[in-house]
Amino acid sequence: MSVLVNKNSRVIVQGFTGKEGTFHAEQMIAYGTNVVGGVTPGKGGSLHLEKPIFNTVLDARNQAGANVSIIFVPPAFAADAIMEAADAGIELIVAITEGIPVQDMVKVKNFLSTKKSRLIGPNCPGVITPDEAKVGIMPGFVFKKGSVGIVSKSGTLTYEAADQVAKAGLGVTTAIGIGGDPIIGTTTKEAVELFMNDPETEAIVMIGEIGGNLEADAARWIQAGGNKKPVIGFIAGQTAPAGRRMGHAGAIIGGAEDTAAAKMAIMQQCGLHVVASPAEIGETVAKVLKGVTA
Amino acid sequence: MNLHEYQAKELLKKNGASIQEGIVAETVEQAVEAAKKLDELYNSKWVVVKSQIHAGGRGKGKIRGTEQNGVALAKSLDKVKEIASNILGGVLVTKQTGAAGKTVHKILVAQDVYYPGESEPKEFYISVLMDRGTGKNVFIYSTEGGMDIEEVAEKTPELVHKEWIDPSQGLQEFQCRRIAFNLGLSGNAFKEMTKFVKALYKTYITSDAAMVEINPCLKTSDNKIIAVDGKISLDDNALYRHPDLEALRDISEEDPTEVEATNADLNYVQLDGNVGCMVNGAGLAMATMDMIKLNGGEPANFLDVGGTANAERVEKAFRIILKDPNVKAILVNIFGGIVRCDRVAQGVVDAYNSIGNIPVPIIVRLQGTNAVEAKKLIDESGLKVRPAILLKEAAEEVRKALA
Repeated sequence: MSVLVNKNSRVIVQGFTGKEGTFHAEQMIAYGTNVVGGVTPGKGGSLHLEKPIFNTVLDARNQAGANVSIIFVPPAFAADAIMEAADAGIELIVAITEGIPVQDMVKVKNFLSTKKSRLIGPNCPGVITPDEAKVGIMPGFVFKKGSVGIVSKSGTLTYEAADQVAKAGLGVTTAIGIGGDPIIGTTTKEAVELFMNDPETEAIVMIGEIGGNLEADAARWIQAGGNKKPVIGFIAGQTAPAGRRMGHAGAIIGGAEDTAAAKMAIMQQCGLHVVASPAEIGETVAKVLKGVTA
Repeated sequence: MNLHEYQAKELLKKNGASIQEGIVAETVEQAVEAAKKLDELYNSKWVVVKSQIHAGGRGKGKIRGTEQNGVALAKSLDKVKEIASNILGGVLVTKQTGAAGKTVHKILVAQDVYYPGESEPKEFYISVLMDRGTGKNVFIYSTEGGMDIEEVAEKTPELVHKEWIDPSQGLQEFQCRRIAFNLGLSGNAFKEMTKFVKALYKTYITSDAAMVEINPCLKTSDNKIIAVDGKISLDDNALYRHPDLEALRDISEEDPTEVEATNADLNYVQLDGNVGCMVNGAGLAMATMDMIKLNGGEPANFLDVGGTANAERVEKAFRIILKDPNVKAILVNIFGGIVRCDRVAQGVVDAYNSIGNIPVPIIVRLQGTNAVEAKKLIDESGLKVRPAILLKEAAEEVRKALA
């Protein structure tokens, strides 16, 4: 098994005919993802990449049976796109768009609280279940099938982790890039929970960043649940100065709890396997899993 | 993006908040004129001269080489002249600026608001910002104004109150009343505070602010509620819908190298270490900095070349990193996904040839799409570049380069 996406996912692309949407839709189709069409308001009824274009997400759901949407809409229109997908009853919405205003996301989060949809992102690389479905912008070949779940705030660090896991002779059930913005749809804790409940996932890699308390929340939840599966954790930004935004809108040290050191200490106390160097993620997973099976 | 105090106060006033009135001056003469004008308009015999820089701690901070504080009370026009000439053009060093300090180009000459009257003046703290935990906007306020709020929260958490705003309803009247009651106000000051809270919220929402902070917010001796200081930072992602606010940007407050990087679409933050780095992706960039530290170095910068790193950007990034004389080695760490490693490698080779003699060792770690072709390109270029494929190997190379 896997979480969130698999070979049965019926994916549509919002912002299908734009430059980004087109490029990544092609890549996803080439990977084998079941892309059933896309949405570009005003272009409904025509074809793009040999797939139907719909005017609305509701049309795409009703006519193509879409249950997953990936969003490449520019930041000024992205909040609207997410809410349209949720209103149409799309089960999983993956928002790739970077740079959505915070107040737009306050509205989106509130809107989603009344809907059944799950949002991943925004400002994230997406979700991949190796050999089944890639709903994102990650390089598919890096991810090998296996038993490790990955949840990460950072895109390229997700690829790095997946690559190290593969080089350690292991693979990934699903990798979830949750995004680096101050407001995101699915939290670290929620992603970890999905993996805890997935019978195929034997270990979890949890990659965080400075800023916010998502990793601390997840760590406490893992401990409260009795550390059912080993979790290998890394927090980027041990050398980041306070008060400076490090690329991601959410990656800024505000209070004492926001620092990498504080987060790593909490994770350690909660029984996670914390690595200090990003170069040690793969070998630590291998070591921990060997310990479990031995 | 941050606003100056005088800009923040103008914005607050426009949205209906009462403020400590003031006039901006860039010369000593203007400062004296401003003081005269404040006397005329507000009958303010005394004035406060306030340095306008993007950093806190101005009152306790000192102009370098003098005993002059960054904020000072002047009880005569002669004193205004003296303080203004001490401050203007000087370098103000505060707890927040670090040792480098910041040059003061502008001062705000403001009315004295701590005049005696029917009741004692009282200072409060009020701010509005987005609470990441709930995804809602929240007022944070306290009776302990004029102090470092983090310190208040740590020592006396019971004195810091929060009021969350329902995203679908916005700020409600009862919430304004609750804030005013919790601040211990009554009578006219109570009414004034509810109006003030509404004006703050309006300022916050209509300007897409990341934070509006009033510290201190003052109840005057005649029971008015006014902003004595004002700190507003705006959401960079929302600036596209506020061209009027974007025009308030003060480039002189920003690091020139960081401005240059931004113009080249690079995300760069200057740090004070000895190993420069160039990475794609913010998380990997931070992780690379951490790895430099674990291997005996100190990161000289954060630099994210973004998801579409091409030869031109790589060269620009090299030039920016090399401006820093502290850099003893450069680590390029690219995990190619959409970015093809061979293109980045070509960028490194081109940059090397076009910049000429790069005096520090360069470690290039390219992994992902076309990593093998990239390594070959670098190996065959004859450049003194140390290639690596694994992150571990790159770390080892950093250690060697610094030894």
